[in-house]
Amino acid sequence: MTAATQPNEYVADEPTILPGKAPLDQDWADVAKWGAIGASTMIFVVLSGMLTGLDSRLVIERVFSLGYLAVVWVPLTLGFLVAREEVLEGMASHAKGANEVVSGGIVGALSGAGLSLLILLMDSFDLRDPLVNWSDKTLGLLQFSEDSFFGIVMWAVIGLLLGAIGAGLHLLTPDMRRLVKIMVVTVLFVSVFETFLTDLFKGFGLVFITDFLYAARGGLTIISTIVLAIVAGLVAFFGKGRVKQAQTRINAGAVEGGGRTKANIAMFVIGGLLLVILPIFTGKITNELLANVGIFLLLALGLNIVVGLAGILDLGYVAFFAAGSYTTAILTSPNSPGWSPELPWWVALIVTIGVAALAGLLIGAPVIRMRGDYLAIVTLGFGEIIRLLFLSDWLSPWFGGAQGITNIPPADFGFFEVKGTDPRSVFYLVLALSAIAIYVSWRLERSRMGRAWMAIREDESVAEAMGINTVNVKLMAFVVGAVLASFAGAVFSAKVGSVFPSSFLILVSIIILVVVIVGGMGNIPGVIVGAVVLIGVLGGPKQPGLLQEFSEYKLLIYGALLIFMMLTKPEGLVPNARRTRELHQDEFLQDAWLRKQVDEDEEASEAELGDGPTAGAPA
Amino acid sequence: MWEILTAATRSKTGKGKTNVDRFLTLLRVLLIGLLVIGFLAFIAQQINPQNAFAQRVNPDATGLTAAQFKGLLVTGLSQGAMYGLIALGYSMVYGVLGFINFAHGEVFMLGAFSGFITSSKLFEAGAWEANFILSLLLVVLISIIVSTGAAVIMERVAYRPLRGSPRLIPLITSIGVSFFIQNAVILLFGPGAKGYPRLPEWLTEKRSILTFEIEGTKILVLIVAAVSMASLWWFVERTKTGKAMRAVAEDKEIASLMGINVNRTIVTTFAVGGAMAGVAGILWGILFRSVIATSGFLPGIKAFTAAVIGGIGNLGGAMAGGISLGTAESLLPLMILEPLGVNGVSQLRDAIAFLLLILVLLIKPTGLFGEKLSGDDRA
Repeated sequence: MTAATQPNEYVADEPTILPGKAPLDQDWADVAKWGAIGASTMIFVVLSGMLTGLDSRLVIERVFSLGYLAVVWVPLTLGFLVAREEVLEGMASHAKGANEVVSGGIVGALSGAGLSLLILLMDSFDLRDPLVNWSDKTLGLLQFSEDSFFGIVMWAVIGLLLGAIGAGLHLLTPDMRRLVKIMVVTVLFVSVFETFLTDLFKGFGLVFITDFLYAARGGLTIISTIVLAIVAGLVAFFGKGRVKQAQTRINAGAVEGGGRTKANIAMFVIGGLLLVILPIFTGKITNELLANVGIFLLLALGLNIVVGLAGILDLGYVAFFAAGSYTTAILTSPNSPGWSPELPWWVALIVTIGVAALAGLLIGAPVIRMRGDYLAIVTLGFGEIIRLLFLSDWLSPWFGGAQGITNIPPADFGFFEVKGTDPRSVFYLVLALSAIAIYVSWRLERSRMGRAWMAIREDESVAEAMGINTVNVKLMAFVVGAVLASFAGAVFSAKVGSVFPSSFLILVSIIILVVVIVGGMGNIPGVIVGAVVLIGVLGGPKQPGLLQEFSEYKLLIYGALLIFMMLTKPEGLVPNARRTRELHQDEFLQDAWLRKQVDEDEEASEAELGDGPTAGAPA
Repeated sequence: MWEILTAATRSKTGKGKTNVDRFLTLLRVLLIGLLVIGFLAFIAQQINPQNAFAQRVNPDATGLTAAQFKGLLVTGLSQGAMYGLIALGYSMVYGVLGFINFAHGEVFMLGAFSGFITSSKLFEAGAWEANFILSLLLVVLISIIVSTGAAVIMERVAYRPLRGSPRLIPLITSIGVSFFIQNAVILLFGPGAKGYPRLPEWLTEKRSILTFEIEGTKILVLIVAAVSMASLWWFVERTKTGKAMRAVAEDKEIASLMGINVNRTIVTTFAVGGAMAGVAGILWGILFRSVIATSGFLPGIKAFTAAVIGGIGNLGGAMAGGISLGTAESLLPLMILEPLGVNGVSQLRDAIAFLLLILVLLIKPTGLFGEKLSGDDRA
């Protein structure tokens, strides 16, 4: 054991590497388990129609479609996963070798065999009645338009190879792995975002790039794929460490004082300018997308205050969005059925803020004392009640029932008109409001109120004992969240030009929740990333995203993402440091325990140093 | 009366009232006042449909005939029994693990969906009409297997890794599970409504029992619910596994010290809850004869409401809560809202269920029959 030479040193960065396992000495039950998971995932993906539905979208011309991509990632990922070894700090790990590749290959082959089995079944039985995708088209794609024997053998072979490759990634050095990752990601990114990039390049008059990259019927050409991979590889190879260096330089500047703030301000200014200039060059589709991202960003920022900072799980958040939209609609539309003062949009916005704050108080007050999970369900109930009220015949003299309120005029600022047919203007409005929302959230987070919210999130009883008026503070979170949602609602009304109860389903609340959670609860950059990635790429509840082909599957993906994030990374993609510590308390404690073990070993060092710091590691 | 209205306030703070407390008291008074006035208006309307109040708020009011009332009552009871069966799953899981399994409504939907598939296959084969009772038993059996399997897999994949994490984490996960299952079913089986095959005539015809004209299907639903409830009661109170479940609900750590396999007991809890949801799924199929992928959402939330009304963790309470919710949902729109001049009351049925949940949590958060939870979950 290498660590035995220096048993007392706590080494966090470089885990001990034990020699590889003896040949064929592996956990076969584990391999079989992952194989079964892989097989069922692949069968599910095919039967859910992703293979057929996404087949028309090509990734690489004539060779590889998005449909196949939806299937083949499974053996690759599982091969990688099965060969992975969970290494906690201070634990030793085995050197990777042929054993891992073999088990990865077996897992992949088992997964592929799932599809072979499916081909066999589809050939002999007709289950078209309940299963909508049990069709000849699916079967044809599964067999690569050959006979069934070819398909059966092919899938097992493909699975075997991909599984082995996935596991083989562990054999590469970290640098090599990074290089491969960057190359694959670049190719996928460029091909999958074809529409967006075409739009962008067209705006800048760079059509020759798109002509080179993409084939006439969509997808990268084979040559451009190779060129892209090489370029990405070269950039990654020579650019290695530059980002890190820059970061260190900025951080070093912070030590000298003022440098970091300056750098941050410069970054913000540059980012802001880019955002202002970009829409001038991009086309309508991209701007529409940006406008949708902005509206959901506003909603997510509001929910971030409620869920992320104060730790109140509000599942009826859509109620405030609805309240904002309907108030704006009633105040501005000449078609408002009950009372139509036809105010200008910005006056209506002021009233809307007031109404939303009141709604926040009224909905917040009854639920604020309930325990967290009851509160979630009750707010969900409120969200549904509000929608049912807007929908009902009883209140239709005011809210128009199922017909909603139509003919909402554009938001007119005199010099600048925001209307749905011009998504660029909507984007600018949303950008301005988002900037306000971000500033407010940022200041609030660092205020006395923000600290009170975080204290409540961590432990309500302790917070109360510290003299925080928990009821008032939590109510404030509701109110601020509601006001931010009403911003989004007001913009939404002006953009769409009409409001219907069907735009305010509980679904919307859940999607916003996913945005906040995937991005990073309680962290503003995280929420921005979440909104851009999820709403921009997958799309909102009714709004299409970049991957328009995915619109059928996006809700499924949202659900899967929510489960996946909660299980693996509950703090989100861009985590908030404090929140991470709360959520991973066990692991932190375990690390602390390990460290303590190391210290104790130190004291009793002479006796048994054989296993070094790993002696106390849990099996 | 006033004590009930302000009780929660005083016990919680023990000091002067805040504005929030005053608001809550006002809300309680308002909600109860609404119920009382609505009910009084209903009685007045039954005595004289043309009384002064009814003339003002609701001139077309006709009141309910006895037959209508009985019909609504029976509908409410049968639906309530179904809610009760789903609520058992919520209640047991909450009792043992202290979290709301939001995806339990989806387990119910999967039961109803598998029931649709089996019954329509049996119908195609001709067995449904030739031997209805046997086919129905088979359908129930398969749907119990599917629902139980779904609940157990759910626990293994999504909830077990999260045991011991902060309270809201498993709840959020269960929302994800619910979303995933709903959309997976839409993708696999298509988004349209699926119709159950026709039921035999001797089952659907109305029968007269104690002056009630009851459709056979509703009698069947009530009987099945009663039998399931009785067997569940026997299982929890009289078997060793049931005893283990109660022990785990009381205190997980002590239970494991007593030699109880906590993990297995939790899986059993999910399985039993899933089985009950499966039975409820078939009852839904019999009552409404149509199922879609989103069928599980509202009944799921309502069943949770029922579990809260009856006192969460309390099995008898869950059933009683289900039945009272079902009845209230079918009667209250016509007995409270319509006499108050609300039109289109049937649209507000679901809103009534949520209002009841809020009312119960405001007035008696521990439910009508008291909670049965382990110490640390009662916080």
